[in-house]
Amino acid sequence: MKRKKMNSNTLLLFITIALFVVMYAAGCIIYGSKGFSHFQTFLNLLITNSGLLCVAAGMTCVMLTGGIDISVGALIAMDCMFLAVGIDRWGWNSIVLCVLVLVIGLVFGSVMGFLVGYLQIQPFIVSMAGMFFARGMTAVISTDQVSISSGLFKTIASIKIYMPFNIGAYTNSKGVLQVPYIRVHVLIALVVLVVIFLMLRYTKFGRSLYAVGGNEVSATMMGLDVKKTKMKAYMLSSFLCSIGGICYCMNTLTGSVQQATGLEMDAISSAVIGGTLLTGGVGNVIGSFFGVLINGTISTLVKTNGKLLSSWSNIAVAALLCFFIVLQSVFALIKARRK
Amino acid sequence: MSNIKKLTSKRLFLPIFCMILVMMVNIVYDVANGNFALNFFTISIRNGVLYGRLIDVLNRGSEVAILAIGMTLVVSASAGTDISVGSVMSLSACMCCMLLAGYGVSSTNDLAVPLIVGILGGLAIACVCGTFNGFLVAYLGVQPMVATLILYSAARAIGLLLCNNLIVYVRNDAYKIFGSYLGFIPTPIVIAAICILIMALLLKFTALGLYVQSVGINKKASRIAGLNSSRIILICYIICGLCAGIAGIVSSSRIYSADSNNIGLNYEMDAILAVALGGNSLGGGKFSLAGSIIGAYTIQAITTTMYAMGVSTSVAPVFKAIIVIIIVAIQAPPFREYLRKRSVQRATVAKGVH
Repeated sequence: MKRKKMNSNTLLLFITIALFVVMYAAGCIIYGSKGFSHFQTFLNLLITNSGLLCVAAGMTCVMLTGGIDISVGALIAMDCMFLAVGIDRWGWNSIVLCVLVLVIGLVFGSVMGFLVGYLQIQPFIVSMAGMFFARGMTAVISTDQVSISSGLFKTIASIKIYMPFNIGAYTNSKGVLQVPYIRVHVLIALVVLVVIFLMLRYTKFGRSLYAVGGNEVSATMMGLDVKKTKMKAYMLSSFLCSIGGICYCMNTLTGSVQQATGLEMDAISSAVIGGTLLTGGVGNVIGSFFGVLINGTISTLVKTNGKLLSSWSNIAVAALLCFFIVLQSVFALIKARRK
Repeated sequence: MSNIKKLTSKRLFLPIFCMILVMMVNIVYDVANGNFALNFFTISIRNGVLYGRLIDVLNRGSEVAILAIGMTLVVSASAGTDISVGSVMSLSACMCCMLLAGYGVSSTNDLAVPLIVGILGGLAIACVCGTFNGFLVAYLGVQPMVATLILYSAARAIGLLLCNNLIVYVRNDAYKIFGSYLGFIPTPIVIAAICILIMALLLKFTALGLYVQSVGINKKASRIAGLNSSRIILICYIICGLCAGIAGIVSSSRIYSADSNNIGLNYEMDAILAVALGGNSLGGGKFSLAGSIIGAYTIQAITTTMYAMGVSTSVAPVFKAIIVIIIVAIQAPPFREYLRKRSVQRATVAKGVH
């Protein structure tokens, strides 16, 4: 009985992981001839989605408290634009700019967190205003498409870290040995994921996020500062989003106003597919990680096919989202009936 | 003092106050620029149609006003927001144009099917979307935002598929009329007015408004009192979908095409803002349709004012965000509590002096 009780959430996580494995295996079989089965394809998944990984980790933390943060896409656009214009036009030091971006993220998050936590305004409205603000500020910095053409930032971004011991290496049609590689931002994203995972599991703050999301009243009675916890959650989300922005910028090396539109929805759907409940209190970074991978796999599959319209990937993600939402609510109904 | 308090505690005080504020800004701006002070309000007839900034606000604000009707009901009944309305607008426009032009045709002057079939097709698919959202929310108990997130990302994509990834142009005068002029009045204003009128009559002469509010305040209690709570929530979502469909057709008729990627972009935000600006709690329960409508036109007035002042389209959101935060922060309960405490404190201090 006890085993069954804890199962419904872990079961969802297992379904997510199994789905990813099945989907990827199916892709390998169907598109094996197009190079889908190479280890590099999997690593490319991480390379293109490194920014989204960081954002999804932050989003999970906010969603654990029962809130939502839809400003992330716009914030990433602002970060990228700031970095691009700062490096390319103003000629600032890359490291100083990165630190500035992180500070901006913290300030941005603390303002939103204050409004949500202390003024008790709906998270959706607050982060929507944040979204407008960040998107507008991007246009204030510059309305052009700016690309980073030189500097330390580009040098770091173009470093290829090859897999040790030639894992997954293959010889291509010209007979050259191709060793799979990842980039620096993948490492950053993975470190962020591990840190957030440990934080949610073992630190006081991490546990209080779950407590606040589970039941605010009982969290208050337990002596937790609910307002402060909420504020911190938004600060954390915006901070991680800024790290994500740096990763995203390393991947694209450009800044433009329309960048990363709809990224917030990708992050939310990844978290939901990964088993995080929007009501708060339930969720895990591992789930979100696989959610991002599933998102990425679908779009890679559609791209590899080549004939399908890109809108099919949106539809597939939405269908999956629907499937998981229905699954979650069915589990919740069963749980309620058992009580 | 008590008079002011009475005034500020009125439901419609905030939306009307905001509206007046925007108009004041316009007057001040015009005077400062040496223009006629009432420039904002002047309505003239040019080329046989009404012309003026006020008309422009009413015309351009029609879509948001229509959306705000449905959104108000959804927010009130289910304590959540329908974020799919913008995408559903686009889908209904695509469906309508696809039917009118025929599948795979990118530009047409003649209609493939009668106009009414296209329109009804567009509205029908919007209603289906509303039903889907409503079913998830009402019967499966999914959070409204998550439930509508599905169509938020899917509806636009389905629209693209319907149009075969093309921008479908319907260059037909019969179709253009919804976005242009009916006599000398812009048609969108007329359509919005009809929608608002129908809804107002429905609320006045049926118990719909009462039911919606009671479900919004307490779903369980309403069910025990004999209301079919789930069905009422479902109906609200269908109405919201229908409103999105109407707004989508108006929006596509303006540009006589179905531009799937741009029709209804960010309209869900404006619609939700309109509801919030109208003094309605986003936590569900009591609502005021008039407030939402005023809120919708206020948003449009803000946008138009900013364009008139020469703020560029891409920078305008910054000011919108600041305005929204100020308005919502004023409404926030802790802030009000703080103000009340301060005024009480002041009163006691004043008493002490005497």
